[in-house]
Amino acid sequence: MTASSAELVGTVLHAGTGTGPLLKLDGPLSFWGGVDGAGQIIDRHHPQFGVSLRGRVLAMESGRGSSSSASVLAELLRTGNGPAAIVMARPDAIVTLGALVAAELYGCATPVVVLSREDYARVRGGVRTTVDASDDSARIAWT
Amino acid sequence: MQLEPGERATLEGADGQGAAMAMRVVTGLARASGAERLVEIASVHIDGCLYHGQAGVDFAERLVELGARTTVPTTLNVGSLDLLHPGMVRTESETEKDVAAGGRRLATAYEALGARPTWTCAPYQADVRPARGEHIAWAESNAIVFANSVLGARTDRYGDFLDVCAAVTGRAPYAGLHLDENRRGEVVLDCRGLGAGVLELDLAYPLLGYLAGEIAGTANPVFVGLPPGVSEDRLKALGAAAASAGGVALFHVVGTTPEAPTLDAALHDRPPEHTEVVTPERLASARRELSTAEGDRLDAVSVGTPHASLDELRALADELADGPRIHTGVAMYASTGRTVLERARQHGIAEVLQDAGVRLVVDTCTYVTSILDPSTRVVMTNSGKWAHYAPANLGVDVVLASLSECVASARAGRVVLDDGLLR
Repeated sequence: MTASSAELVGTVLHAGTGTGPLLKLDGPLSFWGGVDGAGQIIDRHHPQFGVSLRGRVLAMESGRGSSSSASVLAELLRTGNGPAAIVMARPDAIVTLGALVAAELYGCATPVVVLSREDYARVRGGVRTTVDASDDSARIAWT
Repeated sequence: MQLEPGERATLEGADGQGAAMAMRVVTGLARASGAERLVEIASVHIDGCLYHGQAGVDFAERLVELGARTTVPTTLNVGSLDLLHPGMVRTESETEKDVAAGGRRLATAYEALGARPTWTCAPYQADVRPARGEHIAWAESNAIVFANSVLGARTDRYGDFLDVCAAVTGRAPYAGLHLDENRRGEVVLDCRGLGAGVLELDLAYPLLGYLAGEIAGTANPVFVGLPPGVSEDRLKALGAAAASAGGVALFHVVGTTPEAPTLDAALHDRPPEHTEVVTPERLASARRELSTAEGDRLDAVSVGTPHASLDELRALADELADGPRIHTGVAMYASTGRTVLERARQHGIAEVLQDAGVRLVVDTCTYVTSILDPSTRVVMTNSGKWAHYAPANLGVDVVLASLSECVASARAGRVVLDDGLLR
């Protein structure tokens, strides 16, 4: 492992594989009321208002707010406007459900992975990142 | 994870492919939650009645096609339509037409699965009152926080999809707030310095909820120093704001809520992670943070988020009973459940409200679907939840106010605030 590449091991909430530039949120996000149909953050209270999640590896410490976020995430994944993968510092049932249902209905395998707080602190925005999660292990790598 | 023989049989298709699909979602979430087993549940409140796109409809219709049925008493949350007042929700634009059509398909699917068409975010105001300690699977953030905190029932922070799957399987993951250890109060909000005057205000409770959400996030806040026997409506307003501003799914009010007879009981005899002192200045600053509008322009006033109770409709009727009608330039809405509206009609309350110019909305809510006139720019509300979501949902600016300020402003046709309220 060098300074410019790294690999972390996380806990799998939902299996799948995704690659994209990493977007690390500075505050928790509710998909419902917080993200539009194109994947752009529309919550005016959010520090990253206006930024798009589409095709990014989305890193957020935790979810927030309405339970309808699961529907919004499943719909984003159905239309291809969702994140490529989701990395969190706390397990989140609502986010997991969105990914689970998108897989059940549409066969999307979008990984949802939880890292320890220390490892979560090591992921960096903007870096091209791959999340590879099987049923029992998850690897997060960037170069 | 351990499954009972019956649960395993359901998963393997013994109760049909619909029940098997529902069990796959329940067990998938249980694994993600680290649950060791599932728990039998007594009731379900389904949140997923709002149309958020094709995925929700596809999921409900797939369950129907595969022959699934609810196996426990199941209520339905607000949808995208006011089914009793078809003209209330606008269906002019293509998007509005899609939402209405999608909302109808969801409603049809859930009723076909066997759910009760209650269409309210406050099922606890009707006849659905889970007992203390009862395991349930409720979705909709305000219903969850109310069931856990005020009723002492046990539901985790469920969302769309899991709710209906729990209704079909009668099971939920035995994790999260179903477990004793996760119901411990973690963050203390010390309100003893607020003074009786401030704590008598209805405005104080959405603001306390907003602060709790900001401070506690998804941890369990404990309020110390609130007057004993705070009303259910005030706890409802507090919980709804806390659930939207943070991710609060359980709070304790020492001396009032079921699991908090004492501070030690609320904290499970351990020290809190963190204590914050709440001052009147912090409440005033929370009001400023939740109010995005400047100046005195006012187009609409919306109350009843979560759905207004009979007591809240009565309080509004009392404010409006004697005195001028609402200004012609302001539209005033009160959202409530159809069961509560029926009772308000029986008590003559609905008539007083309608005579004063209040538009009564049922089955849905003003911030989740197209009800406000498109020219609306500034809306006053007494709900922390409405204030939190409406700017993004509707593109309007908001002013958070007390019920009296809402009525005074609606009559004046402009924002009228009592700045001395929180001193």
